[in-house]
Amino acid sequence: MDAEDKLKELEKEINALKDTVVKFEKNAPENKLAMVVFSGDLDKALAAFIIATGAVAMGMEVVMFFTFWGVPLLRKKEGTSKGKDFFGKMFGAMLPKGASKAKLSKLDMGGMGTQMMKHLMKKKNVASLDDMVSLAAELEVKIYICEMSMDLMGFSRSEIIDYPDLGFSGVAKFLEEAGTSKAQMFI
Amino acid sequence: MGDEIKTVKSLDLTGLACPMPIVKVSKAIREVNQGEVLEALTSDSGALADFPAWARTSGNEILKTEAEGENTRFFIKKN
Repeated sequence: MDAEDKLKELEKEINALKDTVVKFEKNAPENKLAMVVFSGDLDKALAAFIIATGAVAMGMEVVMFFTFWGVPLLRKKEGTSKGKDFFGKMFGAMLPKGASKAKLSKLDMGGMGTQMMKHLMKKKNVASLDDMVSLAAELEVKIYICEMSMDLMGFSRSEIIDYPDLGFSGVAKFLEEAGTSKAQMFI
Repeated sequence: MGDEIKTVKSLDLTGLACPMPIVKVSKAIREVNQGEVLEALTSDSGALADFPAWARTSGNEILKTEAEGENTRFFIKKN
């Protein structure tokens, strides 16, 4: 093999290597956190928002997907039953209207525990869930709401809070985001 | 004093609970120039683990950590 052939061989190998690097780069996870918020409990939602805002502080992009009981956390305080069927009205009345109405997953004791916890949070300077939602908005945390949950519970889009970066999606959007994220969570 | 650290910005984060200390520090560090030092005083004892973790992840450097009674003062250099 003369020098020219060797050079050609080498060039081929380098090109193959370049292709591999491009492939790896394409598949490398982004510095992003994808989170499912399934729970509508005050404590769990608080944890979700603390992690989400903390992640932004750590330099990560954050995408939250609200599904099932998590969806009512993003309702406006003043609900509406306009144009809803029986089940929609029932869900609308029984599920919390927004983050400020969420209850503890444990020790709620008919609402007393939640009130006590809120009092304690204020005393210890822990931000309320409402404040955390505002902070997430300010920090450009993206939110997607599960379209199927909206439909199932009979929520209309006009019932959802005004949030700067909010969209509606299905599972594929979440999986796309989760697949390109380096951290995924289900809360 | 040879070991005096010159800071360009000082944050009082006392009374704030997780995640506010790192949220505020990450915001403030954007407002200083590379190589400059930011100081932050916090009463959150979780910050002793959190600030170094934040610094490592964000690529900044904690030059000094001082205990001040119940509080902790961090000197953070922007890299």
